[in-house]
Amino acid sequence: MTAAVGNPVFEVVSLKKSFGGLVVTNDVSLSMAAGDRVALIGPNGAGKTTFVNLVTGTLAPSSGEVRLGGEVITGLDASARVKRGLVRSFQVTRLFQDMTAAEHLGLAVLQREGRSGRIFGNFLTMPDVMQEVEHRLETLRLTALMHRKVREIAYGQQRLLEIAIALALKPKVLLLDEPAAGVPQSDVGLIEQALNELPADLAVLMIEHDMDLVFRFAKKVVVLAAGAVIFDGAPGDATRDPRVREAYLGSYADAGRVA
Amino acid sequence: MQTIFSIGIDALAYGMILFVISIGLSVTMGLMRVVNLAHGAFAMIGGYVASYISRDLGLGYAPAILAAVVATIVIAVPIERFLYRRIYGAPELTQVLMTIGITFCIIGLANYLMGPTLKTIPLSDVLQQPVDLGFRSISAHRLFAIFCGLAVALCLWLAIEKTGFGIRLRASVDNAAMASALGVRTEIIYAVSFAVAVGLAAFGGVVGAELLPVEPYYALRYLVTFLVVVSVGGAGSIGGTLLACLLLGAVDTTGRYLLPEFGEFFFYLAVIAIICVFPNGLMKGAK
Amino acid sequence: MAVDVSSRDMGAMRRRRRRSLMRDVVGVGVIVLAAAIGYFAFPDNLALLTRIIAVALLVLSLDLVTGYCGVATLGHAALFGSGAYAAGILSAHFGINDPLLMTLAGLIGGALAGLLSGLVMLRAHGLPQLVLSIALIHLFHELANKMSSFTGGSDGLSGIAPDPIFGRFEFDLFGNTAYVFAVVMLLVVFVLLRILVRSPFGMLCRGLKEDPLRIRAMGASPKRAIVKMYGISGAVAGLGGALNAISTQVVGLDTLSFTQSAEALVMLALGGTGSLFGALAGTVAFMMFQDYVSSVNPFHWLTMVGALLIAVVLFAPKGIYGTVAAFLEKRREGRP
Repeated sequence: MTAAVGNPVFEVVSLKKSFGGLVVTNDVSLSMAAGDRVALIGPNGAGKTTFVNLVTGTLAPSSGEVRLGGEVITGLDASARVKRGLVRSFQVTRLFQDMTAAEHLGLAVLQREGRSGRIFGNFLTMPDVMQEVEHRLETLRLTALMHRKVREIAYGQQRLLEIAIALALKPKVLLLDEPAAGVPQSDVGLIEQALNELPADLAVLMIEHDMDLVFRFAKKVVVLAAGAVIFDGAPGDATRDPRVREAYLGSYADAGRVA
Repeated sequence: MQTIFSIGIDALAYGMILFVISIGLSVTMGLMRVVNLAHGAFAMIGGYVASYISRDLGLGYAPAILAAVVATIVIAVPIERFLYRRIYGAPELTQVLMTIGITFCIIGLANYLMGPTLKTIPLSDVLQQPVDLGFRSISAHRLFAIFCGLAVALCLWLAIEKTGFGIRLRASVDNAAMASALGVRTEIIYAVSFAVAVGLAAFGGVVGAELLPVEPYYALRYLVTFLVVVSVGGAGSIGGTLLACLLLGAVDTTGRYLLPEFGEFFFYLAVIAIICVFPNGLMKGAK
Repeated sequence: MAVDVSSRDMGAMRRRRRRSLMRDVVGVGVIVLAAAIGYFAFPDNLALLTRIIAVALLVLSLDLVTGYCGVATLGHAALFGSGAYAAGILSAHFGINDPLLMTLAGLIGGALAGLLSGLVMLRAHGLPQLVLSIALIHLFHELANKMSSFTGGSDGLSGIAPDPIFGRFEFDLFGNTAYVFAVVMLLVVFVLLRILVRSPFGMLCRGLKEDPLRIRAMGASPKRAIVKMYGISGAVAGLGGALNAISTQVVGLDTLSFTQSAEALVMLALGGTGSLFGALAGTVAFMMFQDYVSSVNPFHWLTMVGALLIAVVLFAPKGIYGTVAAFLEKRREGRP
């Protein structure tokens, strides 16, 4: 289970995507080992969303490769990638309004175990599934909301549920697309606590705008600008890199938020 | 040779009639994103009005066309205002139910008011004559239908590409919310486009009555064909619709000539094959 | 503390299960009661009641695809008609007259038609998908029309002569046996479908209807789920078709028609999509109304159906059952 240190679990090699003549992802490479915490940042329009879509299989790249645990997954569709352990969360919560928190997690657990096609039985009566559902809700302090429908749950807690679903799929690599987006400032602490408690051997790539969160969470930062990687290194060094300052952090530096 | 020529002329005329009727459907579907199953019913209303004016009142072909277009628009505008506006942006199933409900109502009323029989629209004398092309003579009505199709295509192209209304229309098609934020009154654009679409349907219903005879079940019988044209051509695309009409006109007419027994069978098979290969319409390419 | 929370949840869970089980029992009870009332209220018209049940199976089947998976279709009678022809041909051409075998043939015929329809429908979305469904029903209709040596073409398939059920219960002239057979079939299907919609697969499909992208991000394949549901749906519709063939002993082209498909959709919308009770309520209401109107004034039938549809969309978009259920829910919440 435990990957040797430095043995990449997730690799992106020279990924390129162009629409007509417009190059939106230009030769992006990235490598992550188990347990890595990487943040992908960049100004608006830098191509972060396209990158996520390319990696998860929503878009097909023009050239380049995506590898998961050494296997090339570039040709696989989105659901096949999830089955192999590349799981994403969404920038804007995508949950089923009329389903309960337990149903979401139950579905994720059943899907992971290849039991979501069963046409009989009810997960509420499957002790192994319910045990895991309860455990996962408890870990994220959502137990009280177990049988609430999503439409009755506050947005901050919906974000937590979204993370719980992703974890229930037992990913090797987790892509968190702006986990704190739209969450009221008072609840950001909850999200951050959940992020700090993510399994230690999981490789996490976080796309985020909240710089404070990025610097506390990530051990490594990749900066994307105009579709290309302009920096790849420690967060502390990012703030000193002149190209990064120019492309992205200028406004933050000017405002004195990055010291 | 004779057969090929007749098939060609018939296919072209048929395709052009399809174009005149369907282009309005295509534009409104592209613009308002409404699955409008009642479009054929409006073409049928046009046919009935024209038949009444020219046959029962004996007023001639040209006034019949004019009256058909005006009357159909007058009938359709309140329907747009009170029923269609309720389903813009609604789920597809809701739109299907509402517009098929409207279609059923119109068929039932047409049956009640005009009776279940076929209605003819007497052509003017000029259109009844064959036209001598030197090497061959063809029916003037077929030529007229082809001319109407080309004229409608040209006028629409000019209106959409060259006028201020066209610019606002295209902006609304691309992004209704943005257009509305820029001060385009999308409600008016919708209403005007709907009226034009319905007027064209009525026009096509009259001119095409020789090929698609007017009777109460017209609205359902040919609806499939119109919908097929729009899905094959791609909603909102004039060029795509024209291409789809010519293609389907050719498939259908050839099928009827050469394999009268299995004509419809092959038509639907062709439709399924085309949509499966080009699920977004011919002009938008294969998936 | 943790034990406390968990036991409270167990209580809530048990209450939920009991409530949902109660609904099953009530559902079965209501069907049996309605069937008994129908039997005594319309003793001369059991054929109509049997036909209502056959169509109810078609509408239930449509609900699986439209109400639970979100696929709008105007070609669902293809599944129903395939079942009817499969059962009818088995008897008329192969001399296999056992009603249970004929039912099985209907189920298989419907399921195959369903799988085929599902595979074709998946190729497109939105309007093109709807057109595919219309083209499919016309294709099936034309095929049955042209293969008249097998299907009887526009004259209909006759010569269907089912044996007594289990060799004992003969199909009598008054339709008693056929009616009881139909009611039993409906009850079995209803219970099985209740299990299906609560199963993991049912949950997957409900999710799919709301957000296919989310389902894919969970690692499930929406296409596989839809084809599978289409197969199940075809089996249910095929049962309805077989029932129709066995009880009327004739299969007409109208079982494979656009009109039948559109009417099924109207019945489903009338009753309320996404609920088995809605599908049943819509079928009964529509068919009784149709029977009444066509005896009073057949001329205005279509106008009235049209007006009814417009009214449902404008005033009761959740349908009969959905509206009543929402009302009851509100009242329950109103009480502490």
